[in-house]
Amino acid sequence: MTAKINAGRRHFLKTSVGALGGLMLGVYFTDAAADEAASMAGMAGPGLAGEAGQKAALIEPHAFVRITPDNIVTVIIKHLEMGQGSHTGLATLVADELDADWGQIRTEGAPADPSKYANLTFSPMMGTGGSTSMANSFQQMRKAGAATRLMLIAAAAERWGVHPAEITVKAGVLSHPSGKQASFGELAEAAARQPVPEDATLKTPDQFIYIGKSNLRRVDANAKSTGMAHYTQDVKLPGMLTALVAHPPLFGATVKAFDAAAAKGVKGVVDVVQIPTGVAVLAQDFWSAKQGRDLLQVEWDDSKAYQGSSDLQMAQYRELAKQPGLEARKEGDADTALQQAATVLTAAYEFPYLAHAAMEPLNCVVHLHDDGCEIWNGEQFQSIDQPAVAELLGLKPEQVKINALFAGGSFGRRANPKADYVLEAANIAKAYPQRQPIKLVWTREDDMRAGYYRPAYYHEIQAGLDASGKLTAWKQRLVGQSILKGTMMEMMVKDGIDPTSTEGSGEPYSIPNLRVELHTVGDVGVPVQWWRSVGHTHTGFATECFMDELAHAAGKDPLEFRRALLQDKPRHLQVLNLAAEKAGWGEKLPEGRGRGIALVESFNSYVAEVAEVTVHADRSFSVDRVVVAVDCGVPVNPDVIYAQMGGGVGFGLSAALGEKVTLKNGKVEQANFDTYPVLRMPQMPSVEVHIVPSNEDPTGVGEPGVPPLAPAVANALFAATGKRIYQLPIGRTV
Amino acid sequence: MKLNINGAEQEFDVSPDMPLLWAIRDHANLTGTKFGCGMAQCGACTVHVDGQAVRSCITPVSSVAGKRITTIEGATQSSKVTQALQEAWEYFNVPQCGYCQSGQLMSATALLGANPHPADADIDAFMAGNICRCATYQRIRAAIKRAAGQLA
Repeated sequence: MTAKINAGRRHFLKTSVGALGGLMLGVYFTDAAADEAASMAGMAGPGLAGEAGQKAALIEPHAFVRITPDNIVTVIIKHLEMGQGSHTGLATLVADELDADWGQIRTEGAPADPSKYANLTFSPMMGTGGSTSMANSFQQMRKAGAATRLMLIAAAAERWGVHPAEITVKAGVLSHPSGKQASFGELAEAAARQPVPEDATLKTPDQFIYIGKSNLRRVDANAKSTGMAHYTQDVKLPGMLTALVAHPPLFGATVKAFDAAAAKGVKGVVDVVQIPTGVAVLAQDFWSAKQGRDLLQVEWDDSKAYQGSSDLQMAQYRELAKQPGLEARKEGDADTALQQAATVLTAAYEFPYLAHAAMEPLNCVVHLHDDGCEIWNGEQFQSIDQPAVAELLGLKPEQVKINALFAGGSFGRRANPKADYVLEAANIAKAYPQRQPIKLVWTREDDMRAGYYRPAYYHEIQAGLDASGKLTAWKQRLVGQSILKGTMMEMMVKDGIDPTSTEGSGEPYSIPNLRVELHTVGDVGVPVQWWRSVGHTHTGFATECFMDELAHAAGKDPLEFRRALLQDKPRHLQVLNLAAEKAGWGEKLPEGRGRGIALVESFNSYVAEVAEVTVHADRSFSVDRVVVAVDCGVPVNPDVIYAQMGGGVGFGLSAALGEKVTLKNGKVEQANFDTYPVLRMPQMPSVEVHIVPSNEDPTGVGEPGVPPLAPAVANALFAATGKRIYQLPIGRTV
Repeated sequence: MKLNINGAEQEFDVSPDMPLLWAIRDHANLTGTKFGCGMAQCGACTVHVDGQAVRSCITPVSSVAGKRITTIEGATQSSKVTQALQEAWEYFNVPQCGYCQSGQLMSATALLGANPHPADADIDAFMAGNICRCATYQRIRAAIKRAAGQLA
């Protein structure tokens, strides 16, 4: 389903003279627009909206553009910049409609205010995820830009005594044939006093000056190339203390007793306080806090802790898969079709827990003061964090001010459905009697051992081919934990099925008899969470690897086999064909090399990838080249799309090659990058990205590059060696 | 203890075993150098000591007293190699989240200092200690080569 935001939606605009005397533009949406936003809810990806999104009856101002007399246009960005390019992307939309000069554009993160800055995909919630930033902002940000442009024109017309239609705007300058000229900055104050246009006309694609063009510099490229970009880790406030927390070694354990005498003896340590998640050491700097924490003596109560082990857990999953699960999807009659099939194939796939392991370990700054609380954070889920902190501290949500900083990666982790690390920071501020700002810092080990992993999963698939090799039946059983259960998004779980568990299973192929069943495991005490591309991380692998295996069993080329099942799916077919063509599918490779293909639709974007591998005599292997074809609607920032596809390939390959979190008697066995190896430069393949030209509304690119990578590599390894991969990670050898 | 950071000698009241990273970040208030792992696994904390790339997260301040310490802030001001790399970083839109990029640039500066015309394999080998979780590796490689060309 394509996100169609009605360009004709009625809206009201309002302006005010900003603090700096410039133009502040607010856009008010009517009920009709809110209803429309609600109707889109649930359409995208992990779809955080559900029923909450059905009641998006908020009619509140959206303030997105600020022009100041210094001729700077600041675009207020409601979505976290965590690397995916949201600041550049959303600024592009405004700059284009405004006919601004790209050099005068600046961006800043929006404050936490869902009434103004809701994600229209999961309205009324404010948050970033599901690769929705561009999809839900495309019309909204362009309208803000177009309306601002008209007001600048009206101000110039008034000043010069000319008709507005005679004024042209180019690169941030308004001109009249008489020779009169003025910059945005010169007109900012006068423009702020203009009536707000009811419905500014948006450009047609042929009029775009920035949308679809490859040559834009990222708005954050300079700051991030000079060490000047500001992350939570870099916040320094007067009197601020750094806090490190001793967490229990087991999930679900609690503090029984602790002795802080030695910790308090460390120079620089200011206090030690108990909080619900452990014991916090507060100090003048990180190193003192770390030394203090190392000297803490904590006795843990393990009576309610999870003490399971990963190998045993997977064995239980395998057992569970022998029983029928809850039905998640059904077409025709899979059981009968399997009985009638000429050939029946069965395969099982196993997936470990995965850590997000963003480069910036989790952190959060909280300053509790008399009037409320102020937070500095790489803030991804305002509608979870703000009310959670307010409730903890006995404040109203609007008394919790959140400053949205850049995040040093996230991959989903900073959108914690339980506000885990943000609440931990707030709990320390609450427990510490002095009201100094507190910076909670997690070490890499804290970050990696805190849970909220991509859940471990087990899949078992049976499929049937008829005598001609046609796929007639597909029966898939999944076993794993639910991400949504027990969270604010639990309403998305329908009839016991968490859609993020099963999304993408058996898709997008035309299979006449299909059944997907799910066992949701409830007795495993390891917290789980969405991880870049969510359920598709495992369903994409199982589906695409098994498709490949079926193609071989049917004696058909894997590309041809897929094509035959996609006759009514033109967008899927197009990316599949494009990737195959650009990769030279069908051309012979030397001995020891192999080529594999995979196709996954996720978050309304279509991505096919062809991987080429070389397998060496010692069974070690390298992934040499990956060709990506993507259809994400209008390619707003092609360079960002190239970067996200390349990054998605790298992220997917990292997990496929070596990432896994394992538990032994409840204890996480990995702690840092020595035991949790992630992709390094020598392992990075050459990635080529091809974008399908499109005028469809844009869809996401942050996640969809990830899912096809691992199956494409596994299928390539099969082509090279004849050996199938049923378990991730693959490891160093095949 | 006296430390020479970016050409300025400053007195620091810190314990001798404090890693240089935290003296730079928490005491000299230079936050371009990042904390990523604390055990020289990721390279986000890379700085130069007498021109050599070191991981500041495991380098005790006592071991660098009297030596020339250069951070990304100092290199941005004074190193022509770093400046050429930064131009190339922007040219290729290298950064995504950006958190590792100071360390990448400091490693790349040291690489070009030792080997002004590195081949792909040289770049891979030298830069293997710097993790980029966004996997911007392909663009980093291209940017290093562009900078090398500009400096030639």
